[in-house]
Amino acid sequence: MKLPSFEYACPATLAEAVRILADHEGEAKVISGGQSLMPVLAFRLAAPSVLVDLRNVPGLDRITITENGVHLGARVRWCDIESHDGLRKAHPLLVQGISHVAHYQIRNRGTVGGSLAHADPAAEMPGLAVACDAEISVQGVAGSRLIKAADFFDGALSTVLEFDEIITGIRFPAWPSGRRWAFEEFARRRGDFAMAGVALHFDLDAAGRACNAHVGVIGVCSHPCRLTAVEEVINGNVVEEDLVAAAAKAASEAVAADVTGDMHASAEYRQALIGVLVERALAHAQV
Amino acid sequence: MTPMHVLNSYVGSPVERIEDLRLLRGKGQFVDDLTREGLLHAAILRSNVAHGRILSIETRDALDLPGVHAVLTAPDFGPSVPVIPLRLMPMPSLEPFAQPVIASDKVRYVGEPVAVVLAESAAIAEDALELIYAEIEPLPAIVDGTKAGDGQVLLVESSGTNEAAQYSALLGDVERAFQEAEYVRREKFRVHRHTALPMEPRGILAEWDQESERLVVWGAAKVPFANRRILAQQMGLAEEDIDMIENDVGGGFGVRGEFYPEDFLVPFAARLTGRPVKWIEDRREHLIATNHAREVDCEVEIACRKDGTILGLRGSAFVDMGAYLRTNGVIGPRNVAQFLVGPYLIPNVAVTASLMMTNKTPVGTYRGPGRYEADFFRERLFDMVARDLGIDRVEFRRRNLVPEDMIPYALPTVTPVEGRTQFDSGDYQATLARCLEEIGWDEKAALQGRLIDGRYHGLGIGCFVEGGGTGPRETARLVVEADGTLSVFVGTSAVGQGLETACAQIAADALEVPMERVRIYHGSTTYVREGFGSFHSRAVVMGGSAIQLAAEALKEKVREAGARHLGCSPDEARIVDWTAVTAGGKSVELAELAAEDLTAEHTFANTKHTYSYGAHAAHVAVDPKTGAVEVLDYLAVEDVGRAINPLTLHGQTIGAIVQGLGGTLLEHLIYDENGQLLTGSLADYMMPTASDYPNIRVVTLQLRPSPVNPLGAKGAGEGGIIPVGGVIANAVAAALAPFDVQPRELPLSPPRVWAMLKTAREGAIV
Ligand SMILES: Cc1cc2nc3c(=O)[nH]c(=O)nc-3n(C[C@H](O)[C@H](O)[C@H](O)COP(=O)(O)OP(=O)(O)OC[C@H]3O[C@@H](n4cnc5c(N)ncnc54)[C@H](O)[C@@H]3O)c2cc1C
Repeated sequence: MKLPSFEYACPATLAEAVRILADHEGEAKVISGGQSLMPVLAFRLAAPSVLVDLRNVPGLDRITITENGVHLGARVRWCDIESHDGLRKAHPLLVQGISHVAHYQIRNRGTVGGSLAHADPAAEMPGLAVACDAEISVQGVAGSRLIKAADFFDGALSTVLEFDEIITGIRFPAWPSGRRWAFEEFARRRGDFAMAGVALHFDLDAAGRACNAHVGVIGVCSHPCRLTAVEEVINGNVVEEDLVAAAAKAASEAVAADVTGDMHASAEYRQALIGVLVERALAHAQV
Repeated sequence: MTPMHVLNSYVGSPVERIEDLRLLRGKGQFVDDLTREGLLHAAILRSNVAHGRILSIETRDALDLPGVHAVLTAPDFGPSVPVIPLRLMPMPSLEPFAQPVIASDKVRYVGEPVAVVLAESAAIAEDALELIYAEIEPLPAIVDGTKAGDGQVLLVESSGTNEAAQYSALLGDVERAFQEAEYVRREKFRVHRHTALPMEPRGILAEWDQESERLVVWGAAKVPFANRRILAQQMGLAEEDIDMIENDVGGGFGVRGEFYPEDFLVPFAARLTGRPVKWIEDRREHLIATNHAREVDCEVEIACRKDGTILGLRGSAFVDMGAYLRTNGVIGPRNVAQFLVGPYLIPNVAVTASLMMTNKTPVGTYRGPGRYEADFFRERLFDMVARDLGIDRVEFRRRNLVPEDMIPYALPTVTPVEGRTQFDSGDYQATLARCLEEIGWDEKAALQGRLIDGRYHGLGIGCFVEGGGTGPRETARLVVEADGTLSVFVGTSAVGQGLETACAQIAADALEVPMERVRIYHGSTTYVREGFGSFHSRAVVMGGSAIQLAAEALKEKVREAGARHLGCSPDEARIVDWTAVTAGGKSVELAELAAEDLTAEHTFANTKHTYSYGAHAAHVAVDPKTGAVEVLDYLAVEDVGRAINPLTLHGQTIGAIVQGLGGTLLEHLIYDENGQLLTGSLADYMMPTASDYPNIRVVTLQLRPSPVNPLGAKGAGEGGIIPVGGVIANAVAAALAPFDVQPRELPLSPPRVWAMLKTAREGAIV
């Protein structure tokens, strides 16, 4: 499990980093925390000719909270999110979701940008991004663009990023006060990628009915997605026992077409599990 | 047992491990810490096809890579490729199934060595692997041991069969017992493939000295003398021309230290190239190259009286051996057959275990070999039977445990290889009673099958025996050094179990010296003439007994030497504090006597086994919606005869239980229908982590010392793992009793538990 040989570049600007990527026409790879890329290299599942380290590019490790929401730079690490003073209030769902990522050592290195680019179907950050209508900012030789999280992931370990593009950050829309939210996942061991997970939030109208429901799931389909059928069940209704049950049922049905089984669990199990997680998330939704 | 008259009382005290200071300070020396001038690194190309015919192996591109020194394939290893013999219980009929050190015509599992690269660095060697082109014509792969017998596809054509052997455990007249029984029940069970994953994978460094024509091999473990014998024979050397050197090891658990293909390939490469060669197994290799274990399908039938008295037990087990019979591969199957009875009085027994060859990684012993599997089958069956008969499941066990007045009690005999053995001592009722008391069985019984906060609670219990102390003999040599300290040389090996500490305790007590003045040398072939190694929980029982006896002899020698100096008779001479010998007011320093070669060697020979025994109980909560099983409380009670060191033993037992819980709930080597291992990394092969099973309690008892060795000690390294599968499965069954869920297969993963519950519920509705 020794790494294949590669060149190493550590540019000081984003422009230079992008240029190196462009010059190598897909043979170069960004390295951020290395927590997914290094195993990929060690298993020789990929053999890029150059690794482009972003550590000297200034500003990518910043967390900014404004009235526009929460902005996370691509090199923000899991432990940065966990230990940030204002984030817990500015976006409680984000902080709670990220607390499920991996183990202590990995959390000290793994980053937001790496996770988004790696696009593991069960990863929390992509799931949160989709559930919360986040926007991902990327920079390529042609300039920068903003991509809606919902459009960013297009398959297992696959995104719409061009080979010369670098993720620079992600913005989560502002979190209104009074919003209800919950994060539920089921993993075999603490820190494992989840067998399935649910991130959801909704607001309450004046009559106490749920509105603006967002239900995102991870681990069941090839990429994170929102379950609009479940959102429709929730919107306009008071969240009580019967509704929770109806939403859970709708969730299982909604994933039926896409859910796949693997050596760890059958499709049938995962389908049922999503229902259980939606049920638990709704039942435990907090302010 | 001969009582020890000692001033010290190290034995029996919770002495901290003397190994730890070295290891915690980073001063341990593992094989990968070693290097040599001119070192070459080996990497092994392994078959990626489960069953196939090798058509060609193209190595030119690999050889052209700068830094590559050689690429070896089967023809480079001589006119006929050496085969690895069985270390334990060899029989001529098994020989066709033994593993060649490298594939020549056929490959039989994914992971089988096909070529060896030698290069200036490990990374270059791995680069070169990608430049070797092995053309292998695939053949149909056999991945299911229960279907291997139909003979459609043969692993070894010349043998005419995929059933390598059959072991039978026989006692009494089982036919008659079943004819006369008031109640019989037949069940099918299955334990899945999983294995040991020591923290440190295997590794070897071999150096050939052309001038003296001698070979030194570092990284030896477990059974260095046996491996030296095999290697000497394969390389055409005298045993004395090979030194096997033991290093610190990051765990053994049965898999490390057996003779694997690499144990030949690396030393051979060192002699061929004249350069030292090192090979360090990586984790991915470990998962496909190191012995697997445990995969058994079992059909078993029990005959009882209505009052629960067991009259007979019969059954057949199909053990998935993988592609070859390795050094100790037959032990698991024969143990399944012999130990299916456990600590119970079952007068009529006929159990056969068939060794089925499949296109998967070969199997070997893993802590509690065959016993973990057998205990799952038996204890699960007992719960079902007790329920049928309307007898409390604890009471059912009480009624059938072997009573103390029948011990020594002979176990069923195993054929074809002689396997006579008997329980040496024990009060089996006492450990069961203590286990129930400690877990609070009576109070918790009311929780069973109840839904509390969304989870069903259940209790499980199981009784077990743990065999240990296998012969034939072990030797210890004690030497008084010039500075008056004492060196103890033993032939058993340290595999992380705290051997140095235990041996130092025994020696220090026997000689009445402070432990600090005892140094233990173990494991390497350079210390004693012979040694039989560390397996079958024997290292302390056998090696410790040898130390104890050698110490007596040494004391005698010291007194004699002192007496000569002082001009008195040995009877008058007294050893004082291990610093001097005195008689009649005169004294002589021990350091002075050391010049007279104060050495004593003693061999402890023994063919009788020790049998530790006990009971485990668990309290679990099962989430019916996810199938998750949480272990709320796990309790182990074991009588080990004599606990040399309760502290290290405690650690051993807890570790073994966690390992057992991993095997029962998490770990699974899953193959696809083509014989590809799907769980090829630790992301998919799930080991328990430190936070998974925090609620484990252990009670060690010393009720009945073993009568078969001078220490009174019994093997104690495996008892923690043996009953875990059965106990947890019984607890899950009890939790889900309202639905009559009966686990018959491991692991109890959430999807499996969920599916069982679903099937049970649907069955109930129909
Ligand atoms: C044992 C283990 C358990 C884990 N468990 C979880 C878990 O439960 N949940 C979870 O979400 N993750 C888990 N992870 C993954 C972990 O969170 C990774 O850190 C993360 O997925 C990748 O982040 P990284 O910074 O390490 O990226 P890297 O490994 O450096 O890179 C990953 C990929 O992203 C690309 N990349 C990196 N940064 C950028 C960028 N700015 N722009 C474009 N491309 C980029 C790289 O080229 C590479 O292809 C686990 C990892 C391990 C080893």
